[in-house]
Amino acid sequence: MLEKISLNSANNDAGSDDIIGVHDLYKCFGPVRAVDGISFSVRVGELFGFLGPNGAGKTTTINLLTGLARPDAGEIFLDGLDVRKSPSAARYLIGVVPDESNLYPELSGFDNLCFCAALYGLKKSERQGRARELLEFFGLSEAAGRKFGDYSKGMKRKLAIAAALIHQPRILFLDEPTTGLDVASARQIRKLIAGLNRTGTTIFLTTHYIEEAERLCQRIAFIVSGRIVRIDSLENLLKPLKGQYSLLISFSEEVREQAELQAKFRSAFPELGFELVNGRELRVRSAQPVAVGPLVRFFEEQGCEILEARRMHPSLEEVFVELTGIEAEQMRKEREKKERANG
Amino acid sequence: MDKTEGRRRTFFESGVWIAFWNILVKDMRTYYLKPPNISWGIIFPLAWTGMFFIRTGSSFSSLLSLLPGVVALSILFGTTSLLAVTITFEKKNRSFERLLLAPISLQRLLLAKTSGAILFGVVNAFLPLLMAAFIADLRAVNWAYLLAAVVLIATASTFLGLFIAVAVSEVFEAQTFSNFFRFPMIFLCGLFFPVSKLPPFLRPLSYVLPLTYGADILHGAVNAGNALPLWLDFLVLGTFCLGLFALSLQNVNRRWIK
Repeated sequence: MLEKISLNSANNDAGSDDIIGVHDLYKCFGPVRAVDGISFSVRVGELFGFLGPNGAGKTTTINLLTGLARPDAGEIFLDGLDVRKSPSAARYLIGVVPDESNLYPELSGFDNLCFCAALYGLKKSERQGRARELLEFFGLSEAAGRKFGDYSKGMKRKLAIAAALIHQPRILFLDEPTTGLDVASARQIRKLIAGLNRTGTTIFLTTHYIEEAERLCQRIAFIVSGRIVRIDSLENLLKPLKGQYSLLISFSEEVREQAELQAKFRSAFPELGFELVNGRELRVRSAQPVAVGPLVRFFEEQGCEILEARRMHPSLEEVFVELTGIEAEQMRKEREKKERANG
Repeated sequence: MDKTEGRRRTFFESGVWIAFWNILVKDMRTYYLKPPNISWGIIFPLAWTGMFFIRTGSSFSSLLSLLPGVVALSILFGTTSLLAVTITFEKKNRSFERLLLAPISLQRLLLAKTSGAILFGVVNAFLPLLMAAFIADLRAVNWAYLLAAVVLIATASTFLGLFIAVAVSEVFEAQTFSNFFRFPMIFLCGLFFPVSKLPPFLRPLSYVLPLTYGADILHGAVNAGNALPLWLDFLVLGTFCLGLFALSLQNVNRRWIK
């Protein structure tokens, strides 16, 4: 009965264009504040990115939005439905692709899709038709009869996305969709995600691949330690970097006496902005083209051997580093660690 | 009203039963109707009965006194650990998460997951009865009471399996925890000898185990040998079913949807 009542009350309270509305969301696990008072909204048809390092609160946020976890405080609206009050009705609106495939290893790809369709009440002929259609779309028709457990990682991820789309949800949640995939599969998945978004599906994507967020998302939220440090469109995020010149200098070994070196650098090149990354790289920024020669000489005088000096294009990575203080290198290491752990 | 909205309305009118039925059918096909599980239902009562006859040297005429215990054991062993293991397995490989994401209520989802095991338990119960029909006279059996007892024992055992599944996180723990409940039940629940013959200090334990009441109904149905009033047996067994389900529901809510 509750399910029926809540359907009648479905309207878009979050705003005319917003399909996801989150207000002051909190979630603690013991002393750890996994989600610490976040608020944001996602517009209809948008591909929204949630970018942050491991443990930032991305998966917890997805779990809260999809009803797999209960918030300690705060409100979540999906297409105007209060997720707390109408959990079942809200779940009909969404498709979820978790960071690890959660389909049935003993069922074939086709049977998995049919079963997922049945969970949303599709009749047998509809289920089979939709399953065939999606298998075709994802290029899995030939593997339709094979057990899911025998699929490759890329195929598993594709089928997991297909399963999430089986009931044509309004919102698709993708949790780290390309983690652990080889380059070709990851590229294919990204193409599919972009294609789905072009057909009008609203997508909420969490990732710790900065390049992935930059390539796919229209708006991005940076999340660190459970807090959103910035939300904006990709264009606005990159705006301050336009017309800036950037150089990345790599040293052969970690710089000793870093504070002293930085002070000397500041007085030698007062017109340049800079950050020392991991003690082995120096990122230099300027409104003018940066001459490499004087920099090389300066570092040679300081006894620092330069391995490489690269001109950098303005990228989201720089914005991320500036806003969060977390180095991209650290994110990469975490990603590799996670991928190793996933086998 | 757009397409999604239309489908969503249809779902909450009739689609929930499609979901319910398909969860049940998938579990039956994937887990319960597998040859090892079917053979378990045949081999276990055969072995138990054979052991009894060899040990006691009894004739087949004493089969009727043995039958309620064998039926109860077949149900208990067929349902409790199987459900506990399958749910723990699905929780471990995260496919249970997919069910939690489906737009059906948690009560209905858990009922769908347990219905397959209950059916399996009922079928298991009729295997020893079928075998007994060839060698003993079952005309005196009260089939209405027997069927009611079989369904209630299967339900209570399945919900015990659900309770176990929610309490553990590893498949091997589910097995161990199931045995922790099941093996004492063989001796404490009056399956093969009356509770009154147990040492007095063990008797209170018998009366907190649901199978005691199920076995008593079965004894009543097969050879009018019930020790307690049947209405009390039904009442207590029914209460156990409701209590175990409510407890499991609460635990899933508390432990799995944190």
